[in-house]
Formats: sequence, C-alpha cells, structure tokens
Amino acid sequence: MGLEIAFWILAVVGVVAALAVVLLRNVFRAALSLVLCLLSVAGIFVTLSADFLAAAQVLIYVGGISVLIILAIMLTRDVQRGSPSNKLRIPALIVAILFLGAVGYATTNTLWQVSGAAPVEPTTAGLAGKLFGSGGFILPVEIAAVLLLAAILGAIVLVREK
Amino acid sequence: MSIGLEHYLILSAILFSIGLYGVLAKRNAIIILICIELMLNAVNITMVAFSRYIVPLLLTGQIFAIFIIVVAAAEAAVGLAIIIAIYRNRETIDATKVDLMKW
Repeated sequence: MGLEIAFWILAVVGVVAALAVVLLRNVFRAALSLVLCLLSVAGIFVTLSADFLAAAQVLIYVGGISVLIILAIMLTRDVQRGSPSNKLRIPALIVAILFLGAVGYATTNTLWQVSGAAPVEPTTAGLAGKLFGSGGFILPVEIAAVLLLAAILGAIVLVREK
Repeated sequence: MSIGLEHYLILSAILFSIGLYGVLAKRNAIIILICIELMLNAVNITMVAFSRYIVPLLLTGQIFAIFIIVVAAAEAAVGLAIIIAIYRNRETIDATKVDLMKW
C-alpha cells in the first residue's frame, strides 16, 4: 500500500516538473524544475528497489549535471530571456502525442512475462559482481573510463580561451 | 489496484514525450539539452522497470541504466561546452540562429 502511494506521488510530481521544464518561460526556473524531476525519478528508482541507482542518480544528476546546466545558464544569461518556441511548435506537439499514444497502446496490449520473484536487495553487491566479476561487463566499464576521459578533454578544449 | 510494469512504462512514455516535445519545439539550446536529459531519464525508468519485473534476479537493466548515466554525463559536459563555445563566437544560443551548415 505504501508503495502505491509513493509511486503516485512521485509520478505526479515528476510529470508536473517535466511539464514545467518545457512550459516555463524562465530558463533558470526550468532548470530548477528539472532538478525536481530528477529527484522524483530517483524516488521512482527506490520504489523499483534499485537503491544503488537511486543514490547514483542523486549524486550524478542532482549533484553534478544540474550544477553544470545552471552554470551554463548563468554564463549565457544576458542574451536570451525566456525559452520561446520555434515555428515547429504544433507539429512537435502532434509528434509527441502520437508517440505517447503508440507507446501506450503497445504497452497496454502486450502480454508481459512478469516474473513473480522478489527483487534482489540490496543491489550494490550484485551490481558490483555483474560489473567487475568474470563473465560480466568489465570491457564496457573500461570503455566508459576512456569515454569519460575523452569527454573531459573535449570539454576543456572546447571552452578554452584561444 | 497494485502498481505493475505497465504503470512504470506509461510514466516513462509520458516523460519521454514531454522531452521529445521540448527537443523539437524549443529554441534555447540549453533547454534542448535539458529535455534530452529528461528523455534519457525516461529510458532509465524503463530499463529499471523491465529489470525489476521481467528478470528480477539478473540486474541487467540496472547495469544498462548505469552506462546510460555515464554516457549522459559525458554528453552533458561536451554539449554544454559546445553551447558555451557557440555563445563566445556568435553571441547567441538560439538554435534556429545557428545555421552555418544550412543551405
């Protein structure tokens, strides 16, 4: 029962915050409501018993990426007031609603093979075994390290003063 | 009624659609990047929900979600750096005015 209440509260807060991101005129407030939406997604992860992912979501998104976005908004603030729509507003709305309808139809009409097993809790040890254990995902972990290094170097080179 | 897989899938579809609308319809490049983050988060919800309800003992979906978070962090850093570089050169971050490659 508590899980249902938590899910509905988090879902409503997340959807309202996501709508605020696209509807608010002020870019800074849109970024703040993005933070709220990311927090509620972290709560959704908790209701899915993904505790490690919820913590990682709070650390990386709410702590890191949102600060990066707010910093970029501050640096580019004086040119643009508000976040106006371009001339594709109505077609974009139609595309989004069509996508939502298609996915909703497919979701509700598919017979999912839902497993009745209880989820693994806590997930941290299991995730570590999958990521670093034999037969796991050790090669993608190494590639992710290289990707992050390349991204750091690329960001530094891009914003460096000439 | 109890919460099932469909609830999470519909929630993530709603978040993805909102992000899709924002990416297609907004001019501010930073708002476009924010909406891309929204879409990636929606995909993460889907991954974790499938992992929880279809294969609860394997955790594969959560591994995929971790890699999505890694790639999203890299993408946000490089994307914001590109936006700041464009702002330095052209004094605008309006995506409709950055049309050097249009003909």
